[in-house]
Amino acid sequence: MTRSPHRTRRTAGVGAVAAVLALSACSTSGSEPSPDSTGDGLTGTVTVFAAASLKESFTTLGERFEKEHPGTEVTFNFGGSDGLAAGIDSGAPADVFAAASAKTMKLVTDEGLTAGSPSTFVRNRLEIATVPGNPHAIDSLDDLTASGLKVVLCDETVPCGAAARTALTAGGVELEPVSYEQDVKSALTKVRLKEADAALVYRTDVRAAGDKVEGVEFPESAEAVNDYPIARLENAPNPSAAKAFVALVKSAEGQKVLGEAGFLKP
Amino acid sequence: MTTGREAPRKARPRAPGRGVPLALLAPALLGLAFLLVPLLALLLRAPWRDLPEQLTSPEVWEALRLSLLCATTATALSLVVGVPLAWLLARTDFPGRGLVRALVTLPLVLPPVVGGVALLLALGRNGVVGQWLDAWFGITLPFTTTGVVLAETFVAMPFLVISVEGTLRAADPRYEEAATTLGASRFTAFRRVTLPLIAPGIAAGAVLAWARALGEFGATITFAGNFPGRTQTMPLAVYLALQNDPAAAIALSLVLLAVSIAVLAGLRDRWMRTA
Amino acid sequence: MPKNPGTVPDAAEGLDAHLVVDRGSFRLDVALTAAPGDVVALLGPNGAGKTTALRALAGLAPLGAGHLRLDGVDLRRTPPESRPVGVVFQDYLLFPHLTALDNVAFGPRCRGAGKTEARAQAAEWLDRMGLAGHAGAKPRRLSGGQAQRVALARALATRPRLLLLDEPLAALDARTRLEVRAQLRRHLAAFEAVAVLVTHDPLDAMVLADRLVVVEQGRIVQEGAPSDIARHPRTEYIAQLVGLNLYRGQADGHTVLLDAGPAVSTTEDLSGPAFVAFPPGAVTLYRDRPTGSSARNLWRCEVAGLETHGDQIRAELTGGLALAADLTTVAAAELDLRPGATVWAAVKATQTHAYPA
Repeated sequence: MTRSPHRTRRTAGVGAVAAVLALSACSTSGSEPSPDSTGDGLTGTVTVFAAASLKESFTTLGERFEKEHPGTEVTFNFGGSDGLAAGIDSGAPADVFAAASAKTMKLVTDEGLTAGSPSTFVRNRLEIATVPGNPHAIDSLDDLTASGLKVVLCDETVPCGAAARTALTAGGVELEPVSYEQDVKSALTKVRLKEADAALVYRTDVRAAGDKVEGVEFPESAEAVNDYPIARLENAPNPSAAKAFVALVKSAEGQKVLGEAGFLKP
Repeated sequence: MTTGREAPRKARPRAPGRGVPLALLAPALLGLAFLLVPLLALLLRAPWRDLPEQLTSPEVWEALRLSLLCATTATALSLVVGVPLAWLLARTDFPGRGLVRALVTLPLVLPPVVGGVALLLALGRNGVVGQWLDAWFGITLPFTTTGVVLAETFVAMPFLVISVEGTLRAADPRYEEAATTLGASRFTAFRRVTLPLIAPGIAAGAVLAWARALGEFGATITFAGNFPGRTQTMPLAVYLALQNDPAAAIALSLVLLAVSIAVLAGLRDRWMRTA
Repeated sequence: MPKNPGTVPDAAEGLDAHLVVDRGSFRLDVALTAAPGDVVALLGPNGAGKTTALRALAGLAPLGAGHLRLDGVDLRRTPPESRPVGVVFQDYLLFPHLTALDNVAFGPRCRGAGKTEARAQAAEWLDRMGLAGHAGAKPRRLSGGQAQRVALARALATRPRLLLLDEPLAALDARTRLEVRAQLRRHLAAFEAVAVLVTHDPLDAMVLADRLVVVEQGRIVQEGAPSDIARHPRTEYIAQLVGLNLYRGQADGHTVLLDAGPAVSTTEDLSGPAFVAFPPGAVTLYRDRPTGSSARNLWRCEVAGLETHGDQIRAELTGGLALAADLTTVAAAELDLRPGATVWAAVKATQTHAYPA
């Protein structure tokens, strides 16, 4: 496959069903790609579709990738894993897909759109996010059932909600939240704004929120560990760069960046 | 829509079917197609076989009931405060009126999710106003049905205000003067003369607001959260269903669509025409 | 019915007003007085400030300065809804969503009558206007004349102490106008309080009013009984309205030396500034200079324009004296009148009327 040096690629908006997903990641190389100094033959744009929770760490890795391979450019499309999978299934031109659950990755592998089988590169587990200082002294899942306590969970249709359900079931805890949020970020937002006293979110989200929330680990979270699979895509426009990016993610360097964000090793 | 002006009223002659200029017809049909094709696609791709199953689910009816209840309450609330606001903007002169009018339309351009966050910051448990509501009256609005109504009102009321203000500007203010010379206070003049005169505009504005409230998603889920039976309206149910069961989402959308079409068509026949 | 308990009414009945309203560069400054039973017409060209005066009386336009007393009560600070004032608006402004009956009942309702009581009163007023059969009609179903009467009934139903009518006949076509004018005259004659009407039509003013107040550019230029004003116009506008040739000059005995140049012989014996007026019908036109004419007022003129005026021809003349002359179609044909033609115009001294300026 040959590529012209001037390449304008467009990731067109692909709707899963309606206009839920409207992404338009435009990348235009305005300048000549600099000569490949490392001699690994990598050049051009590599487009990565990644789960929203990977945003901070993948952005860092993307910058490192571009530095290590001058002449390349990493374009990210962060979003809900389901929407991204639907986009890929509808023909969105992506090179790499990193999902927040095996289930969503399966949507793509079932269509035969991955190159090789996906591999788990990190894991994530739930923590209880409380308002700073943990004023309600929440120490366990059971503490969340205290009357008057406002707890938000993710909706069970999204991965963090499904994980929360599994953990609650494992702990035998009957919990009525005030809301089933549409994604993990909005669940966390409710705690950050102190509208809710606690939320079940991912460890990585607690880390990302800094001192705005306080994380409380709980043993039942071991029952609901989320595997994050990554795969190159069959129709990748830039397969060699895709391979290199996946390698970076799985490397010790990549794992270090991800670990700092709160992800656990596979 | 007729304005209040007294004028010879003859049935407006219908434009004959022939002689519609192509320059108007072509874009008109294109516009119509643009609006209808997505709806048509929804119908074509609808999982008709699963539909009965979806419709027997109590959660669907719960969400629909909540949607209708909240949209209607939000419309009523918009009417109660929005019509006087429109009157104020159209009929009085005060410093900064232009700015106020611009601010009123702000929720139209604000992404609804931002609107929801703004509502949280204002009326949330720790909000600018909300903390006092909580401290003094023990009222918290987030995660309640009232919260849904408020979020929908916030997003929908500008439609009503703009529509009513436009009608008021087109209506002859001298009717109010005439009422005043007959002994009516300004409020009586408004209630007994202006209000009936601008009824068609109010109806149109209310329909717009109701429709907007019914489809509200972002502000609602941000401010009121999502809990079946309490704050989960149809758009929320549709969105969440979309996460893992697109077919169900389409089915739910169809229910919402059918109900809104039925309500709007019914209103048009019974209410708008008499005005 | 004084609604202003803070004011002690004095004995003066009727209207005593000095209206000063500033609107940008325009200033209205008119004094109006009228006794109960009077019908006063404010007459003037468009933009003279008549309607502004009416709005100030009704309280719809704020009074800049001056005073406003009705039956001895100061109304300056009284809001329009509390003034004992009824208004018939130019295009009536009948509430389109209410029936004729409910339009008329609106005032009594607002002034405290119960629904039944207000409707009974309204029915009575409509009956008085000969509209009993139209009580249930919406305004759009009423003819212009009927709507005018409903508007009058609506204004009268509040039993105002001051009735204001803004161009009450302007919205009507010529035939209806004649009929409605006669009816309105009857109703106004029967009205026991002060009525002020605004019009630009001299005929309406003269038929309907006891007294005319002529307003030009925000000021009163002349006021008096209609017959007096018709005979002694003091401005070009009024002279045109009443159809007279009017000149200003200096009188010296039986002669008035006009500011415009020539002198006019009159029967009156005056001295000092004076007006001279004569109707266009008093002018006799000749092809050639008349020899045997007894008229001492004779001018050589040129025809500037011709137009039909009723069943006559009106000739606008310039030259020795600018004037309008009326003559029959036959006479016009015999004289071979056409624009540019030279004619001699004669007016007998007995046909002129001179009065001090």
